[in-house]
Amino acid sequence: MAAGIPFYAQLINLFAAVLLLISFAMLAQRRVLSLIDLFAAQGLALALSTAVVGWGTGQSHLYWSAGVTLTLKVFLLPFLLYRLIRRLDVKWDVEPLINIPTTMLVGIVLVVFAFNLAAPISNLSSTVTRSTLGIAIASVMLSFLMMITRRKAIPQVIGFLAMENGLFFAATSATYGMPMVVELGIALDVLVGMLILGVFFFQIREQFDSLDLKHLEQLREDE
Amino acid sequence: MTASAFLSQLLQLGVALLLAPLLAGWVSQCRAWLQNKSAPSLLLPYRTIHKLFIKDAVVAHNASPIFRVAPYIVFGAMCCAAAIVPSLSTGLPFAQAADTIALVGLFALARVFIALAAMDIGTAFGSLGARREMFVGFLAEPALLMVLFTASLISGSTSLPTIVDSLAHRDLAIYPSLAFAGVAFTMVSLAENARIPVDNPATHLELTMIHEAMILEYSARHLALIEWASALKLFNYSCIGIAIFVPFGIAAGSDDWAAILGAAPALAAKLAIGGFVLALIETLSAKMRIFRAPEFLGTAFLLAVLAMLVHLLLGT
Repeated sequence: MAAGIPFYAQLINLFAAVLLLISFAMLAQRRVLSLIDLFAAQGLALALSTAVVGWGTGQSHLYWSAGVTLTLKVFLLPFLLYRLIRRLDVKWDVEPLINIPTTMLVGIVLVVFAFNLAAPISNLSSTVTRSTLGIAIASVMLSFLMMITRRKAIPQVIGFLAMENGLFFAATSATYGMPMVVELGIALDVLVGMLILGVFFFQIREQFDSLDLKHLEQLREDE
Repeated sequence: MTASAFLSQLLQLGVALLLAPLLAGWVSQCRAWLQNKSAPSLLLPYRTIHKLFIKDAVVAHNASPIFRVAPYIVFGAMCCAAAIVPSLSTGLPFAQAADTIALVGLFALARVFIALAAMDIGTAFGSLGARREMFVGFLAEPALLMVLFTASLISGSTSLPTIVDSLAHRDLAIYPSLAFAGVAFTMVSLAENARIPVDNPATHLELTMIHEAMILEYSARHLALIEWASALKLFNYSCIGIAIFVPFGIAAGSDDWAAILGAAPALAAKLAIGGFVLALIETLSAKMRIFRAPEFLGTAFLLAVLAMLVHLLLGT
């Protein structure tokens, strides 16, 4: 059963499970600061799994990709988020729109859905780690769910970044990575997106005195 | 049943009965160290039990027979549980009578009787504690079952000795599903053993206690049995955890006595580490409001379900 697949594939399966575990932890987390720590931990798991894929398949460019992931998602982005939170002075508890146990239940349903969705796709693939595709899709969906259920701007951005983690994991685990140019492009996109959203936070708060996104849902005609 | 199997069964039951208070003492000692307090003696639980056994029992006037028999039933259930959880070897003839589902049932039996006894006297604290205990219990039980089912799916059997046999004596393989199950099991054990995020074993503060509130009316030998039973429960949970997640070193069968005796240091080391980790968790976390407990245990249940799903997806 488990002994039939090589050791590196088992390691990747383990990291995939850790990734999913962290996605769930983020879904259940109430505090913004812990959310950032979890995001950093997820980045670390992602970087490690990318490195392991590189080691197992002998593709050296994946080491570069793991390095970029490590610097960007474990150090730079959490650092930026921390600074943003300090500057905005928002250490409040996250207020989910629906309560956390319900969110977790919806999460489980999403996981079952994702696993079923991925089953026929991963049958087409020939890589050893194809079964982790289901986990990657599940963590993308869980991040989606997190973006939907959170009311404030910062958790939504973290959800967005976590979603990118899931996509990246899908790319490395199911297809052994994308060309380096694409990966660099995505990394840069995420970084720039983060910076722009940081500016947006200040704009939103200046306009509405709050980072609660429900203010953005109504058109105002009181000019 | 051969004599050697019988001996192995007796030995493990004896080890559980004798070591359980020591484990409880070790956990409270670690906790005291971590919190910069002067630590109580390692043997304190033995002395407490001894002291309680030589005292005269006081029973309330309106106590029914349930109140009197409950400690014996609770203690008996914990002994039965100890008899089917492999600690030193998998040679447990008694385990053929009961699998992991029956094990959860034994814990439930103990819970029901202690809750009945708590409500029997009719004091406010007793029924408050009983209600809270059942509230925590009904959430923790399915999560525990799911964890055990995950291990059963991997090894193809619901009998704990068979699970240990197939998990301990195999090629080294990583089981991601067991990582999920491990987290879930830790959460369930904390709740079931009245440990800090859910209950505080050291408190006598009226509004927060759960387990202590139920046993307030007990004294002397009844209390001694209940204290011993809760130490045994902690020991049983530790052994279940060891059996599923770190089964290495547990001897197979009951014929190789060198291996069975050789498993003792491994068991002691694992229990010592487990006790320290428990004390560490208790020191690092704050007690939750009682209405956060469903969220905590709900998370445990979902993680255990995820463990099963991951097992089905990855096949490992």
